[in-house]
Amino acid sequence: MPTLSMRIGSLAACAALLILGGCTTPYQAPATSAVKPDQLAGALNRVSWGVNQSTWQQAEKVGYDTWLDRQLHPSPAVLPPAAQAQIDAMTITQKPLQQLIQELDQQRKDIDKITVDDDKKSAQQAYQQELNRVAKEAAARSLLRDLYSPNQLQEQMTWFWMNHFSVHQGKSNLRVLVGDYEDKAVRPHALGKFRDLLAATLRHPAMIRYLDNEQNAANRINENYARELMELHTLGVDGGYSQRDVQELARILTGVGVNLGTGEPKVKKELQAQYVRQGLFEFNPNRHDYGDKEFLGQAVKGRGLAEVDEAIDRLSRHPATARFISRKLAVYFVADEPPPALVERMAATFASSDGDIAAVLRTMFTSDDFAQSLGRKFKDPVHYVVSAVRLTYDDKVILNTGPMLSWLNRMAEPLYGRQTPDGYPLTESGWASPGQMTTRFEIAKAIGSGNAGLFKTDGPQPTERAAFPQLANALYYHTLQKNLGQPTRQVLEQATSPQEWNTFLLSSPELMHR
Amino acid sequence: MKRRTLLQSLAALPVATMAGKLWAAPASKTRLLFVFMRGGYDATNLLVPISSQFYYQARPNIAVPKPGDDLNAALPVNADWGLHPALRETIHPLFTIGQVAFVPFAGTEDISRSHFETQDSIELGQALDGTRDYRSGFLNRLATTLNADRANAISFTDQLPLIMQGGAQLPNMALRSIGKPGVDARQAKMIASMYGDTALARQVRDGFVVREDVMKEMIGEMDAANRNAITAKGFELEARRIAKLMKEKYNIGFVDVGGWDTHVGQGGATGYLARRFEELGRGLAAYAKEMGPDWKDTVVVVVSEFGRTFRENGNRGTDHGHGSVYWVLGGGVAGGRVRGEQIRLEQNTLFQNRDYPVLNEYRAMFGGLFARMYGLDAGQVERIFGTKGQDLGLI
Repeated sequence: MPTLSMRIGSLAACAALLILGGCTTPYQAPATSAVKPDQLAGALNRVSWGVNQSTWQQAEKVGYDTWLDRQLHPSPAVLPPAAQAQIDAMTITQKPLQQLIQELDQQRKDIDKITVDDDKKSAQQAYQQELNRVAKEAAARSLLRDLYSPNQLQEQMTWFWMNHFSVHQGKSNLRVLVGDYEDKAVRPHALGKFRDLLAATLRHPAMIRYLDNEQNAANRINENYARELMELHTLGVDGGYSQRDVQELARILTGVGVNLGTGEPKVKKELQAQYVRQGLFEFNPNRHDYGDKEFLGQAVKGRGLAEVDEAIDRLSRHPATARFISRKLAVYFVADEPPPALVERMAATFASSDGDIAAVLRTMFTSDDFAQSLGRKFKDPVHYVVSAVRLTYDDKVILNTGPMLSWLNRMAEPLYGRQTPDGYPLTESGWASPGQMTTRFEIAKAIGSGNAGLFKTDGPQPTERAAFPQLANALYYHTLQKNLGQPTRQVLEQATSPQEWNTFLLSSPELMHR
Repeated sequence: MKRRTLLQSLAALPVATMAGKLWAAPASKTRLLFVFMRGGYDATNLLVPISSQFYYQARPNIAVPKPGDDLNAALPVNADWGLHPALRETIHPLFTIGQVAFVPFAGTEDISRSHFETQDSIELGQALDGTRDYRSGFLNRLATTLNADRANAISFTDQLPLIMQGGAQLPNMALRSIGKPGVDARQAKMIASMYGDTALARQVRDGFVVREDVMKEMIGEMDAANRNAITAKGFELEARRIAKLMKEKYNIGFVDVGGWDTHVGQGGATGYLARRFEELGRGLAAYAKEMGPDWKDTVVVVVSEFGRTFRENGNRGTDHGHGSVYWVLGGGVAGGRVRGEQIRLEQNTLFQNRDYPVLNEYRAMFGGLFARMYGLDAGQVERIFGTKGQDLGLI
């Protein structure tokens, strides 16, 4: 499996670097954060997908610094049984990806054999519906984890990296692949080494297919992935690469593709030893350009898949990458215009820890800048929706993520739905327009009034469990209330029903920020 | 719906002047709709260089045939250019009556060939060598220059695009699908009051006002739908709704259309790209029709961040290029022709042996166009674009 071999690969690389003294251990003694006791709820609100009563009680019990440390280095997550049961019942849990994709591919091929027009049309519809259903499962699983996983930071970072290494489910059959991409390529590395994460995305069929690298072959160059790999995934557009670097990286990436079937391509005899198949990932030497290349000012000896590893090494250890990733993390977690000195310190940690993501995050979370920024970062739509449901229902597990998915659609930030590979904006100007605000208030009303359908099951015999929103709870009276401005308090006093009180609280400016 | 109540409650807001401004019909009859084709569309197959033998050599699989009797042949434009046949029923007739002009070799000097970088460049409309202000798009600066009595701008998108961000707080609302508002008038007023003097106050109030505006304009459409009238779909429906609002309320609009990044299998006279052209053409023609008599005072500009490689790639698609072809449409446009600086397309005239050079820089071009449309002086044009305008004789 790719995960295992990569882990061994990175351990070996780390061991080699240790001898040279270049590999610091990722573990650091828990540092004291700059977060003051009265900022606890605010800090939890930022590090988690949104503060709620149970998270607050846990952190109170163990202390914020210990809580943060557990978030940075989490144990395997145990979800509440009601949430885990929903995930366990999913097709994407029950069937290995290879089986799922082969069954769907067979379904698609069978359609071609149908000769009656009407039958063909309904078979095509059934196939498309099945693709949609599988993608929706992935999105539902993602939201359930965001809502209920004790490893809140890992889930936030999973969204962050899914956005950074964005793929669009609308292309080809990516709807079958996105769940596996998130679960196997991104999530396991979300708090690990950046290089491992980058390598895992590069070897996943979702990314290879999305950015057309399966089309990229010797003398038939497709430079789409090569360009985005440098511009969006590593160096950043100002990272100092040229059009020639794009073309050379595209040549290096020739032959990197996917094979969703069971057969293997015919490979020239002398190149057979170079053929690689790991799950759905395939390196086909027939399609690779074996000429020498020059990439980022240095020669790359033409020799096959090892060129790709060399390129990933260069890209992930480049100073421009350290800065680009650090700044993006700071934009997401601290401020739209993060303090340059903070970004510098994070980039320094990135460089000295060989891209250890948890270490970079620790530098950020323990800074004064972080503590001072609490309550000021505007929530993007995913954050708004997830935090509102977490706050409203705490650990009472919802039975239907459907309404949340449709709210995210309405606010133009659906999971796996960004059409372009740059990912969604992370700043206020992207999400605070008049049209967006109005939509938020309508969602606030849907959640606050308790009839949004979050507790209504899907299926032939839907059942609905009564679950009235509980926003006026201990957490509210202990901490949230203190942070509300006078105008918000006044409006809350004028609410004519508990439902309206909820709607106003979820619509307040304080709840739009984290 | 209690429209009257909402109006009264909005009037009671401290920013009644702002609300009043949004309600007022545009004072200036001049209207501008800006359409952004995101993804870098293959302009070479839109405005086909039919006199270039090199074009037919460079695109063995995806070239559009020279004008002729075949339905798949390019439509006549002039001796050098033909139009993609997917626009036969929509844009070509408008071109023939002189209401469409094309400007090839148009674009920005940005040569990153990055979608995102170049889209930002264009939307900002600022010089590339100076300090850039990332919060100031050029349609926002145009709206500010024209002042409240002459400009009433809106973006027909879910999010406010960079081109509309800046000093003037402009509203947005996507028109693809419209639902009835759930928050009632009293609640809207109270929610707005929570935002008191916060930085979001104006967005919140504008959002409620625009929503009401849109609902009022769409009543006719909903009635028609209830009577089982056949309604348009996709971009055509969106474009008709945009026209309705721009007739009544707004005189500067923005909308974007995606799906142009054709690295693989883009097709030629038929196929994927042809279908995108057809949908866009239908929408623009529907917009022109819906505007009715106001079409004569309307200018529609269609742009994309860059063109694509002149040669097709190994996958019968095209990769990121440089110069593009911009469209200018309107009842008062001096159309029926190809405008701006042009060169013969041969291997040695390609930019970096790869794509179209930019001979018509977009800031100068739009500066010249807006100067004519709005009677701007040279100083105003320079304040918007940081450069002098160049009049390409588009209107």
